[in-house]
Amino acid sequence: MSETVAKTEAVRDEAALLPPVDVVENASGITLYADLPGVPKEQLRLQIEADTLTIEGEVRLDMPEGMESTHAEVSLPRYRRAFTLSKELDTEKITAEFNQGVLKLTIPKVAHAQPKRVEIRVE
Amino acid sequence: MFYRSLFPRDLFAELDRLQRALQWSDEFSPSIRGVRGGFPAMNVGSTPAAVEIYAFAPGIDPASIEVVIEKGVLTIAGSRELDYGASDEKSAIHIDERFSGRFRRVVSLPDDIDADAVSAKYRDGVLHITVPRRAAALPRRIAIQ
Repeated sequence: MSETVAKTEAVRDEAALLPPVDVVENASGITLYADLPGVPKEQLRLQIEADTLTIEGEVRLDMPEGMESTHAEVSLPRYRRAFTLSKELDTEKITAEFNQGVLKLTIPKVAHAQPKRVEIRVE
Repeated sequence: MFYRSLFPRDLFAELDRLQRALQWSDEFSPSIRGVRGGFPAMNVGSTPAAVEIYAFAPGIDPASIEVVIEKGVLTIAGSRELDYGASDEKSAIHIDERFSGRFRRVVSLPDDIDADAVSAKYRDGVLHITVPRRAAALPRRIAIQ
C-alpha cells in the first residue's frame, strides 16, 4: 500500500498537460468530459482520494525509430487534472467511459441529495 | 493574468488556476488563427523515409475527417459536435473548454514527398498521417568501384 502511494507521488511531480474539460450538471448528477487524445485505455488512471478526483493519462504514439520532431504542440507525454468533489456526490457510483480519447465520467448525486419538491400549502 | 479570486476557495483550485495561467503565458507569439494553435493540436516529425503528422482530434468519427493533399499542402478539416446527452431544466454547464464546431488546419510538406502513398490511421483520438518521401529522394550510399 505504501509503495503505491510513493509511486503516485513520484508521478505527480512530473510536468503534465492540463486537458480541456466540460462539466455538465443536471438533477441526477454531474457529467465530466475530458479530451485526452493519444492516451490508450490502459494508460488512463482515475483516482479518488478523500474529496479529490484526479485524472491522469500517459500519451502513447507510435513513432517510427529515429524520428525527429519538427513541430510540437503536444509537448509533454502526459495529462493530469484534479477536481474537488462536493459532499452530495456519490463517489462509490462513479462510472467511466473512454472512447477515442474522450473520457466521460458520470458522478451521481447521493439519493438524499436529489432535489425534492417541497409542497407549499396555502391555508 | 494573475488576478486574485473573488472568493478564495481552496488551495488546490488556486493552484489549478495558477498552473493554467502559466501555461497560457508560455505562448509568447500566439498565432493569428488562435492563441493555442487551434484544433486539432498537431505534432509533426520527420524521418529520412517519411513525414509523420499527428493531429490530436479526440472523439471524432474518422470517416468525417477530410484529409487532402494539394500542391504540397496537407489540409485536415472536419467538425466536432459535442453531445451532452439528455438535458432538463435543471441542467447547467459549469465548465466549457472543449472545442466544438468546424475545424481546418494546414501543414506545408517538403518537395520530396510521394502524395500517392499517404496513409492515415485514427487511434485513441489521434489521427496519424504518414507521408512517405519518394524513393529517389532517400539517401543512398554509392558503391565505389
